[in-house]
Amino acid sequence: MDNKLIIAKSEPLWNTNNRVVFLISTLIILLFALPLFGLNSFYLHLFIMIFMHAVMAQSWNVIAGFSGQISLGHGAFFGIGAYATSFFYIEYGISPWVSMPFGILVSGFFAVLIGIPMLRLSGHYFAIATLLIGISFQVVFQRWDLVGAASGLWVPMTPEDSWSALQFHSSKVSYYYIFLVFFIVTFFIVWLLSRSKLGYRLRAVRDDPQAALSLCINVSNYKIIAYVISAMIMAPMGSLFAQYILIIDPDRVFNIEISIIVLLITVLGGIGNVWGPIIGASILIPISEYSRIYLGGTGGAVDLILYGLILMIICIFRPDGLISFVPKDILNRKKQR
Amino acid sequence: MTSEIILQAIVTGLMMGLIYALIAAGLSLIFGLMEIVNFAHGEHLMLSMFSSFWLWSLFGLDPIFSIPITILLMAFCGVITHYFLIRYILKAKMLIQICATFGLSIFIRSIAQLLWTPDFRNVDKPLLEGRLEIGSVFIGQPQLVASLVCLVAFIGLYLFVTKTETGLALQATAQDRHAAEILGIPSNKMFAIGWAIGLGCVGVAGGMMANYFFIFTDVGINFALFAFVAVALGGFGSIIGCLYAGIIIGLVESLGGLLIDPSFKLLYVFAIYLLVVIYRPQGLFGRY
Repeated sequence: MDNKLIIAKSEPLWNTNNRVVFLISTLIILLFALPLFGLNSFYLHLFIMIFMHAVMAQSWNVIAGFSGQISLGHGAFFGIGAYATSFFYIEYGISPWVSMPFGILVSGFFAVLIGIPMLRLSGHYFAIATLLIGISFQVVFQRWDLVGAASGLWVPMTPEDSWSALQFHSSKVSYYYIFLVFFIVTFFIVWLLSRSKLGYRLRAVRDDPQAALSLCINVSNYKIIAYVISAMIMAPMGSLFAQYILIIDPDRVFNIEISIIVLLITVLGGIGNVWGPIIGASILIPISEYSRIYLGGTGGAVDLILYGLILMIICIFRPDGLISFVPKDILNRKKQR
Repeated sequence: MTSEIILQAIVTGLMMGLIYALIAAGLSLIFGLMEIVNFAHGEHLMLSMFSSFWLWSLFGLDPIFSIPITILLMAFCGVITHYFLIRYILKAKMLIQICATFGLSIFIRSIAQLLWTPDFRNVDKPLLEGRLEIGSVFIGQPQLVASLVCLVAFIGLYLFVTKTETGLALQATAQDRHAAEILGIPSNKMFAIGWAIGLGCVGVAGGMMANYFFIFTDVGINFALFAFVAVALGGFGSIIGCLYAGIIIGLVESLGGLLIDPSFKLLYVFAIYLLVVIYRPQGLFGRY
């Protein structure tokens, strides 16, 4: 067994570098306290978008960063989550909290379905397949009359704020806390994953599939597991997003732009690192929202030009993302004996 | 459903298939050479269609006559792409390579959207118009000429790669770039040539399609997807495989559209991709 792994397993989870614990707890307290300072709704929206995109990027990070497989159609799972809650709420009045797990399961099921044939092969096949899947989902939902075809679904508004229907019209603070909780929970899930046996095996699969195979790690099974976990993290964000904007249509929730931004955030922040998506989202989402305010409305797609440019520049100069500017020993565990 | 309609669909599919084959050949050449999938291939196709369109709209040059200019422009574009982007990511991880060309595709597409707006355009009254009637089958003249030109270009590409000295040098670099360098073949130059030829193929296809296809900024996505499937079906890096794969995809697309439902064309092609990947992952003519 890997020496690092033995060390990691032999230590309790919380006995990490004090600086990390301090950083995380301050961040969490700050984020929980933030709405108390009376942020206006634009800033609340900004933070909600940051949390949402950080979770989505975190999900992409699991498949791309940990197991090294590029998915270019991750928007599909986002859309499945969004449609699952909205459809059941509109048709049967089922609370989004109940249908959200259903969306997660469906996402996981599709991930297994796609992953079994595709993940046995080298990465290019998977990347192309996911690109096709992302667009196929959009095409199917555009033509599927049961779920409103191209005009999408309009979630009926409840007269007042309601936790069971997950709708809050008076202020965005409740949305803020819901997204924040999901953000923190996902962070810890992925963090635990990255330090678990599974995480180490996934990284072994990424770095050297042959060597991993020789250690009796079933390479394709682990890739599929990573893909399923990643899809399941993505789906609830779609559900919450649908409840947040209350109108969904195939061009919005299955848009290839979702797959692009998720990829971009992770690569910008640092791929394969739990902090990467958070750094990426907190830099990119403000840029995107502000560019939408100052440059938007012209149909010019200026933010997309920026995304493409940033992606290429990062790939050329900093393939490890912005996290690589941070000295390693700050975030790493204390030096082992 | 009469046999005439089916025959018609087969002819249409065949003609589209030849175009897909040439687009895929460019992709396959680049992949075979440096194992990089050009995810911006569709956007390069879009650029070549726009180059043809602007040469027509600004200088009154018919797409048929502007083909050489389009090819040169695209070849130049390929060299630039290699020089400014691909050169730096040759040794990077596959993940970074995919992200980089994907970033290039977003960049080109949105720049085009900013400059030219997402409007649909087409070339008005091109030299090639109208249709031929052979028996009961109607063939659009521009489509016919486009597919024939693509076929000729494909044969030319194949002969170039297998018969000429530069072509053999390309193959040598594709097989083992270090051994080729020892033999005095500069791999960097070969990569640049590969990109120039790969995008030159796209220039031919795009220039010919500008005759009859709508020209808009998202036009490349579907063609690129079909080209990816064709490359996987033919076998990554095999040029002759692209010809068969392109024709198969063209036929499946048009027959599937006729017999089942035309709005799900992409899904039929996707189904082919799945079948190939499951049962013959190395493709029809693949080396791997």
